[in-house]
Amino acid sequence: MAPVDKSKIPWWVSNLIVPLVNLTLALLVSGLFIFIAGENPYEAVRLIIYGSFGYIEGFAYTLYYTTNFVFTGLAFAVAFHCRLFNIGGEGQAYIGGLGVFLVAINFSFLPVPIIWLLSIAGAVVFGAAWAFIPAYLQATRGSHVVITTIMFNFIAASLMVFLLVDVIRDTAQMGPHTVALPKEQWFPSFKDFAALLGIKIRYSPLNISFLLAIAASVFVWFLVWKTRWGYEMRAVGHNTQAAIYAGISPYKNIIIAMCISGGLAGLLGVNEILGVHHKIVAGFPAGYGFTGIAVALMGRNHPIGIFPAAFLFGILYQGGSEVTFDMPNITRYMFVAVQGVIILFSGALENLFRPQIESFFVNRLNIKASA
Amino acid sequence: MEFLSDIASLINSTLRISTPLVFAAMAGIFAERSGVIDFSLEGKMLMAAFVAAVGSYFLGNPWLGLLLAIIACVSLSMLHGFASVTYKGDQVVSCVAINILIIGLTTALAAAWFGQAGLTPTLNEDQRFLEVNLPFAESLRNVPIIGTIYSDILSGHYIFVYLAYLSVPLVFWVVFKTSFGLRLRAVGENPSAVDTAGINVFAMRYKALAINGVLIAFAGAHLSTAVNANFFREMSAGRGYLALAAMIFGKWHPKTALVACLLFGFTDALQIRLQGVELPAIGEIPVQLIQAIPYVLTVVLLAGFVGKAIAPNAIGQPYIKER
Repeated sequence: MAPVDKSKIPWWVSNLIVPLVNLTLALLVSGLFIFIAGENPYEAVRLIIYGSFGYIEGFAYTLYYTTNFVFTGLAFAVAFHCRLFNIGGEGQAYIGGLGVFLVAINFSFLPVPIIWLLSIAGAVVFGAAWAFIPAYLQATRGSHVVITTIMFNFIAASLMVFLLVDVIRDTAQMGPHTVALPKEQWFPSFKDFAALLGIKIRYSPLNISFLLAIAASVFVWFLVWKTRWGYEMRAVGHNTQAAIYAGISPYKNIIIAMCISGGLAGLLGVNEILGVHHKIVAGFPAGYGFTGIAVALMGRNHPIGIFPAAFLFGILYQGGSEVTFDMPNITRYMFVAVQGVIILFSGALENLFRPQIESFFVNRLNIKASA
Repeated sequence: MEFLSDIASLINSTLRISTPLVFAAMAGIFAERSGVIDFSLEGKMLMAAFVAAVGSYFLGNPWLGLLLAIIACVSLSMLHGFASVTYKGDQVVSCVAINILIIGLTTALAAAWFGQAGLTPTLNEDQRFLEVNLPFAESLRNVPIIGTIYSDILSGHYIFVYLAYLSVPLVFWVVFKTSFGLRLRAVGENPSAVDTAGINVFAMRYKALAINGVLIAFAGAHLSTAVNANFFREMSAGRGYLALAAMIFGKWHPKTALVACLLFGFTDALQIRLQGVELPAIGEIPVQLIQAIPYVLTVVLLAGFVGKAIAPNAIGQPYIKER
């Protein structure tokens, strides 16, 4: 394959066509898995579309999942711009949730909007703190963050179960969870808004955290592309040696990038605790942290890409639960496998067809231009 | 004597628990010495556990299950090579993809085929590996010291335990004493020099990954067809990452990696024994915190209080042949 002049490739080919081709490949392979599991892939697609768009509660669920994936996807993306693989979003979200709860329950004498702001800050600080140790070890000792953040996921899970069983458990109840927060602290849900408009729905986990997800996306875009610090961080990620010669400290940038990443993952706790459960439930991050990796890679680590990618995974999650409902052979783990395939095709194998596609379009455009 | 038999059983379980770590660390040495990062040890171990258990269940022979597990793991290694050696994709991303894919796929297929929540059916005695009693273990049992060491500590393990410890000198010999090993290390340190010498860098990395796949398959088969009699979801429980940490701590050397694996095995054996035990002055430590000890230890070891670990020079970089 003759190399193509990079500057002649239109942006929509590398940023739209290539990801879509990779996604299509990933979905075809996923269809094969569903076939191996003994179900009809075509029927599964129909159920996914019905489950995520077919009725208003379903669509609200899709947006609720989208909210979580935006947070964890942004978290992964920020660290990735500094060439750091923060796969500890799961643990950071878990600890972030602890921050939300502790702030909300201890400052309950304050007016509600202030509690919300403080709780969000609590989520960010706790999530960032959980990312700090792996960041520090990476910066000073070169301990690879992939291993340390994974270990911190395990440690967070142990720690939280310990706290939920022995320390902050709701002793009036059996399950490992805390007491519920007072009702006035709960985030207004989509159900409340729908009721204002006269639409009656049964239940919806979708809440105003969705707006927080939009705000977080804008924040990340501004931070990474429009500030001096974002530039420094990307410089470290791109070429550490060159950054050092330019007087940029990799040490400082690694730690800040990881802490912001951890803080963003912590925001998942806001959605889950103020918005949905209103208490800490054991295991509430439920794999959203890992899905964030797939979301970020599919969205090419840019908020404009991450939002639609998160929405796509929302469809896959919500539609997927419809599938597991109707197809006894499919469990939610099938959709974990689908995520793996998507990461493979849109991350590791993204160069599989890129040269072919790019030269195809460049040649066609050349023919058009010369004709 | 109570104390002595406690120690003996602790050492015995250390040897058993370290086994999958040793296989995985040796597998990791091959991949990383050739310049390919392998975080996918975790996923491959899980895949091997699943395939070995399912294969042995259907074919009625654990050796055939192991063979299938080897094929599956070598295929995954080839996939990793295809993405990161041939297509020069990001090696860490490729590993993360494989790990997430396998966590999902194994559990989903177990549920689809056997209807239980991510479990495979229990294997009977013909379908799994049994403990191997070394010759004369029974007659030597009552000889002091030698009896304890030979009969209580060394004898009565699964075949994988012996194979794991035999693999360490073998890996050492291959990596440091053969011309293949020399080329392997050179490919990881300075691929362009190796290329100049007329050796195919890509082929070397694929060979290293193939060996890596074979070794890691033993770790998975040990989990599901020897110490346990079935596969259950996420049964590798981070062992692939622990082994990788042990390998890094051991500075990519088989012997020191073995020591680190044994240390992990010992901590794990100790934490199992500590559960529910009243400690003097501290009292009973909550079980959740005890279970976190191996993970905390991993972080501590990686922080490298014995000096910074220096990875093979070319690790993580795809080799691009100049034109």
